[in-house]
Formats: sequence, structure tokens, C-alpha cells
Amino acid sequence: MTERATVNGSAPLGPRGGVVQVTGELIATRRVGAYQHLTFVAPGVAELARPGQFVALAVGGDTSANLLRRCFSIHKVSPSGTYGGTVDIVVAAHGPGTTWITRLAMHDEVDIVGPLGKPFPLPNEPVPCVLVGGGYGSAPLFWLAEQLAAKGCHVEMVLGAASEDRLFGVVEARRAADGLTVTTDDGSVGTRGWVSDVLPQVIRLSQAGVVYGCGPMGMLRSITEVAAAQGVVAQVAVEESMACGVGVCMTCVMPVTGPDGTTRMVRSCVEGPVFRGDRVRWDAFENGYGLVPADAVGAPTETGH
Amino acid sequence: MVDARVDMSVTLADVELPNPLMTASGCAANGKELHRFFDVSTLGAFVTKSVMAAPRSGRGTPRMAETPSGMLNSIGLQGPGIHAFVENDLAWLKSVGARVLVSIAGGSSGEFADVAAVLRQSPAFDCVVGVEVNISCPNVANRGLVFAIDPLASAKVVALVREQLPRDIPVFAKLSPDVTDIASIASACVKAGASGLTMINTLLGMVIDTDRMRPQLGGLTGGLSGPGIRPIAVRAIWQVRAAMAEGRFRTVPIIGVGGVRTGRDALELVAAGASAIQVGTATFNDPTAPVRVLRELENLLADKGFDTFTQAVGAAHRRQEVYR
Repeated sequence: MTERATVNGSAPLGPRGGVVQVTGELIATRRVGAYQHLTFVAPGVAELARPGQFVALAVGGDTSANLLRRCFSIHKVSPSGTYGGTVDIVVAAHGPGTTWITRLAMHDEVDIVGPLGKPFPLPNEPVPCVLVGGGYGSAPLFWLAEQLAAKGCHVEMVLGAASEDRLFGVVEARRAADGLTVTTDDGSVGTRGWVSDVLPQVIRLSQAGVVYGCGPMGMLRSITEVAAAQGVVAQVAVEESMACGVGVCMTCVMPVTGPDGTTRMVRSCVEGPVFRGDRVRWDAFENGYGLVPADAVGAPTETGH
Repeated sequence: MVDARVDMSVTLADVELPNPLMTASGCAANGKELHRFFDVSTLGAFVTKSVMAAPRSGRGTPRMAETPSGMLNSIGLQGPGIHAFVENDLAWLKSVGARVLVSIAGGSSGEFADVAAVLRQSPAFDCVVGVEVNISCPNVANRGLVFAIDPLASAKVVALVREQLPRDIPVFAKLSPDVTDIASIASACVKAGASGLTMINTLLGMVIDTDRMRPQLGGLTGGLSGPGIRPIAVRAIWQVRAAMAEGRFRTVPIIGVGGVRTGRDALELVAAGASAIQVGTATFNDPTAPVRVLRELENLLADKGFDTFTQAVGAAHRRQEVYR
């Protein structure tokens, strides 16, 4: 286990600005349904991380033709493991980068930057909370549930996916939450349907004050709408494709309305990934595109940009 | 680990820099983000994201596509506008002691001049070591074409910006490789008063999303960057340096940019004629890339017996002459 900066011949980077770049060593990897759950020794990341934050992994090694970092929300951390601090992520193999990660072998090394982004805000009072996860989007919610429980919050979880093999963390949810509701599109387990079908009742019965969500954009929009209809604030962690994860590439932007009522194209990696659901301009997302609302700051005009 | 003892300093159009490494415009935001990973004042210069007169949202998403050893981007010059830039970003860069090469853009030559004028008047202007004129950005008045494909349009922008800035502030014209004869564009810029050239900007490219069977980028086309385009940067720098040597126009410093990921890559551009190096897309892969490349370049030069960085600038041209 070596820190990258040391390999390159200078002093190790300190946790400047709450983030480190380290060479992580894989110490556990296992298949969980349709996903791969990996544990890395990543000194510094665990000590700094909070639920909702993410890590950015370089893929393919030093001469990789895939230059862009792959970003994953942190499933859990353990600051004082046997081998030093560890960080866990859950990966679905979609393309060459994620496939490379899921095929890593024990003791393989990966360049990891993290923790990145803003974490889920925690309530000051012990209010009941509902945590909603779609597919492996549920990954950061169990760690969040533990922190909420430690604050005395009653925690309900709702996990949904297309089918049973695409659910993540049902067993963990039974342990971490006070109540669990499962939905699948095909009815292979739990209630047939979407999380938004069961969410109103879960919010009502638990008298929730906050809803936390993580998963696909369409689901986050539904969670926000259901929560609003019940008079509850939703805090959602978004998924936007990122090239760097650290705030310099400007590719992961989305329209979000600030406290001043003005909509700006903000970077989901530094100003998110957690946003208040009612601040996200869901109307801008259509058919795989994220459009710039006409009222956004600096939006294109009729005469060209 | 070599005990590097190479003098890495370089003088670019009368401005002395402690080393030749820079960020590349649009690949480093405006400094705060990378300052979490390394001290941006250790760079020869920090190059800011191209700023225009007014705030700009940029384009919608998707804004990027990964390509073999590179990427395609279509950001659309998102930025705060020059007034907010000088007040917030430039002031911050000055506060941490950075030397700043400010990249400016405009939809018309007049906008470039206006942006330069606001910059000159800003209280933080004394941290500016040069202005990079991004003439390879979309030109609305010219139906989506860029200034840098037209020698006259390029020359006009350079001349107007030059007029707005003090004589001791060098002006670098950033050129596009998407032209038939890059030396003729370089010539027009130098004759219009450019103190130097930055080569190269991205190439225009396109990716089709074969799942949806439509262009992957919201903006349809985008700028191609990364190690995949490095041979094009080397070629462009070589051609322009050769044109200067032939006396086609005045010899000015070239800032090389395009696909640099390692010290070896940087040395390639230097040997072709670059007096400074910008690291762009590689920063997305490794946020410490600009300072890592500096360290690697210094070690490599020491290994090869160079006493000073400047001895290596254009070295491949001299070797080629021996071969002849």
C-alpha cells in the first residue's frame, strides 16, 4: 500500500480541502446480484468521508486509453480496519471502465480520489426519515441510516428495482432500518410496482420529516414530487456523467435553483451530488438530454448563444 | 529518482517564468479545485477558463463523450463573465500567489477587446503574466465557424486585444489545428501583434450514441482532446516553428498543448519547438498531472544531460538539420 504522491517522489498529499488522492488496494470483491461490491484500502478517504459523498476512480492503469474517471457513491467506510482505512463501492458493469473495475483481482491497485461532493445534510432533531434507493443507488443509504439512527431518528427504507437481482442491500436494510418496504417492477419480490407507489403511505405512517433518495433521475423526480405532496423535503443524490469528479471539466452540470430563486447550471460533482429535490429543475430533463432552461443565468438567446 | 538540477526557467516574450508548465484553458476551472491537490502557484502559469463579456450558461448535457485516448467536449464556454471573473477568480488566484495567463473569448472581435479592457482595469491585474486569445471558439457572427480558420479575422482580434493591453503583457493567440495551413494563420497573428502562439486547441469531432442512434453530445459536435491528438499538436508546432526559422514571420515563443500526459509527452512538444507546455485533458485523469509532468520533464532533461530547459526547445529541428 503506497500513496501515489510518494510513488511520484514527493511528500504525500495532505487532506487539503477535505480530499485525498491515493493508490487504493483491493482487499475484497464479491458479486451481489447484478452488481460487484468492492472494498479498497484507501488511507485518508475513510477518515474524511460522510454519507452521500463519492469517490472517483481512474481505470485501466497508467497508460489506459480510458482517461475519464468513474465516479461511485461511497457505500461505506471503515476508518480503522486491519489494513488501514477502507472504502466500499458498488459497481454495475456497463462499459469498458466499469467492466475493468468489476474484474479487478485481490491486491490490484487503483488510483482513488475522494471523498468528493457534498454529503447528505443530517437533521438537527431526531425526526423520522425515509430513505429511498433505486437499484444499486441504495449503496450510500445504509451508512446514512446508521448515522440517522445514532441521532435518534426513526428510519424507514424503501428499496426498488426492476427485478430481485437488481435490488441492492435488502439484508443490510433489515439491520440498518426500523422498517423496510421492497418493490420490483416485475413483482419478483416485494410489492409489484415503483417506489413512488408505496412512498406516500410510508411517509404518512412514519410521519417522516425528511426523505432521502439516491437512484436514477426519473426516480428522484418522483420522490421529490411525492415528498412535496406530503409536505416533506426531499434530499436527493443525483447521477450525472462526470469526466473528472473534482470540478474542473464542467461536464456534469445541471440546472438547479438557488436560495435566491435564480437557476444556474451547477456542477453536480462539487455543488452536489446531493441537492434539495425541489431545487432541481426536473423540467429540463427530457429524453436523455439536460436542457438549459430559458431563465437560467447566461442562457442562450434567440440570436445565438 | 534523478537528482534533477536542470534550470527549468523560461522567458516567454520578456516575461520570466520559474518553469514552463501550465494548466490548459478549460481543463482546470479557475484554480480553487486543483489547489486542493497541489499549490497552483508552483506552476509556471495558471491558465484560466476562457472568459467572455457576460455570464454564460454553456450548453445542455450530455456535454462529453469518451474517445480512444481522449474525449469530446461541448461545454459551450460556460463562465461567470469578465466582471465576476476579475472580482472573484482572478482576485483569488492573486491571493495564492499564482502567475496567471488569462484566456479570453468573444463572439465578435469587439467583445474580445471589451473583455481585455475590463481585465486591464482590474485590481488583480498585476498577477497576470499574459493573455491567451481563444480565437478557436465558436463565432456566432460567422455562423459557427471559428476566427482561427481565417487569417484576417484572427489578425483583427489579435490587433484589437493588443491595443487594450500594456506593452509588457504578452498576448498569445490560441490556434486551431482544423486548418489547411496553420503557419499562415500563425503568420497573420504574429504580424497583427501577437507576442506568442498557443498550439493547439481541440479538433472538431463527433460521436454517435449507437444505443439511441443519435449524436451523443447535446451540442452534436465537440472538441476532441487528449493523448489521441498529440501527434497533431507535435506536427502543428513543428510546422510553425519551421516557418519561423525560414523567416516567413518573426520568431515568437510557442506554448505547446495537446495530449500531454507525461514528461516524455511534454518533451516531444518541446523538441518540436514549444517553449512552454500546457497539460489539459490529462488533468481529468490525474488532478496532479500538471506538477507531475513538470517533475517528470525535469528528470528526463537531467537524464539526457540538459543543463537548462531552453536548450531542449526546438532540439528536434537542429537534429533534423544534422541528418540532412
